[in-house]
Amino acid sequence: MSTAPIVSVRGLCKRFGTHEVLKEFDMDINPGEKLSIIGPSGSGKSTFLRILMTLEKPNAGTIEIEGKGLWHMERGGKTVPADKKHLRAMRTQVGMVFQHFNLFPHMTALQNVAMAPKQVLGLTRDEANERGQDLLERVGLGDKLDAHPNQLSGGQKQRVGIARALAMQPKVMLFDEVTSALDPELVGEVLGVLRELAHETDMTMLLVTHEMRFAQEISDRVAFMDHGQVLELDTPANIFTNPTLARTREFLNAVLES
Amino acid sequence: MTFDWAFAWSIMPQLLWALRITILATFLGMGLATVLGLVWVLLRRSPWRIVAWTAHYAVEFIRSTPILVQIYFLFYMMPEFGLRLSPMVAGVLALGIHYSAYLAEVYRAGIESIPKGQWEAARALNLNPVQTWQRIILPQAFPPIIPVMGNYLVAMFKDTPMLSAITVLELLQTAKIIGSESFRYLEPLTIVGALFLLLSLLAAQAVRWVERRFDLKELNV
Ligand SMILES: Nc1ncnc2c1ncn2[C@@H]1O[C@H](COP(=O)(O)OP(=O)(O)OP(=O)(O)O)[C@@H](O)[C@H]1O
Ligand SMILES: [Mg+2]
Repeated sequence: MSTAPIVSVRGLCKRFGTHEVLKEFDMDINPGEKLSIIGPSGSGKSTFLRILMTLEKPNAGTIEIEGKGLWHMERGGKTVPADKKHLRAMRTQVGMVFQHFNLFPHMTALQNVAMAPKQVLGLTRDEANERGQDLLERVGLGDKLDAHPNQLSGGQKQRVGIARALAMQPKVMLFDEVTSALDPELVGEVLGVLRELAHETDMTMLLVTHEMRFAQEISDRVAFMDHGQVLELDTPANIFTNPTLARTREFLNAVLES
Repeated sequence: MTFDWAFAWSIMPQLLWALRITILATFLGMGLATVLGLVWVLLRRSPWRIVAWTAHYAVEFIRSTPILVQIYFLFYMMPEFGLRLSPMVAGVLALGIHYSAYLAEVYRAGIESIPKGQWEAARALNLNPVQTWQRIILPQAFPPIIPVMGNYLVAMFKDTPMLSAITVLELLQTAKIIGSESFRYLEPLTIVGALFLLLSLLAAQAVRWVERRFDLKELNV
């Protein structure tokens, strides 16, 4: 691991009122790495991803993506809080797939996927539609281009959500429990798409998940989070079969039992 | 006093002409209210406190003062500030401004009904604020409130006789003129009532039709 990290997080703090959700949170993520984050409910996993996606603003600390500040920028030799323009520029590097899909209900599957490439990346209508169609075919929805979200099953919706995020070609993709809103029988098809992405692309993937077996299978490393901090960050083999901390073992036992 | 059908028939053209003015004032007023209402909502969401605050109280003020006072104000007071308006222009402005305050509330409810996840998805896709409103928020906020807007259109239509107070030659004013010239009020006023009834019923029907259409749409969204 001699390459510079693509994402570097130092001393990240986030409070909601007096509730400290992230406490001096540090993490380095390598280019192309598939990193899973596991941990109990309320440990701050989503909050971390949401800060990376600029949906939530941190109270302190720094995040760098390829060496450039996400929430900070340089101006006149000084480091100052990022302005809107800087955030917009940085946001092109990051994409997100949501637990509850957040598809646009008034658009077809194809429109959901092709809209932002056209509006934001400036692709022509044909280019955007072609990209949208390719991606929907890739996630197995080539026959659902014109379906509206309410005509799709949960698993199909989430695959549109994945295609929509991929269409922006981010370097870092965030997945926040993307299967936990699905009926059990639909989880497999979405995990299948994620597995394919993990194996076939060099996109950096950050997955918050409760699917332990899946995390073990596709991750380069797994982070165990508790109370707003990363307690342990190691290979899946070590985390799942030989965790250093009692707390990690406790959590894994509790999850794997249920 | 008996209803004189021949007389009623003879004043029909004059009243139908006036009906044109009534309908014109309604549609112009509604057009203004539709746009201005949206402006209020956007101002109220402004990140600048002072702008948001001013817009909020302006809307409250407009909603809680009678429309007739606003009509008089625009027509009789604006000249004092150097702005002389024709009766029709003052009337349409008053209707538009008054109803924009109601529509602002309707829009606000419509916009607030859009789940937070839609805003977040828009941001994750790096849409700018204009694109977010134009492509994501408004297309979802509008369809459910179209029937409500239809009801306000009918309400505004029924408020147009207020414009007779500043001599706009709409239906009621024309009926009053016919009355004072012929000393017969029964026929013109009856016709005015009948015309309002007829058009209100038609409009209500149209609103229901639109409602059904959008309900159907809703199902396959
Ligand atoms: N907008 C908010 N306002 C107030 N508190 C919040 C907000 N968002 C999150 N929190 C709190 O922050 C804590 C961490 O939340 P977060 O969603 O990051 O946890 P999580 O690790 O993703 O949990 P889960 O596994 O349940 O999704 C929780 O206690 C939550 O209640
Ligand atoms: Mg979460």
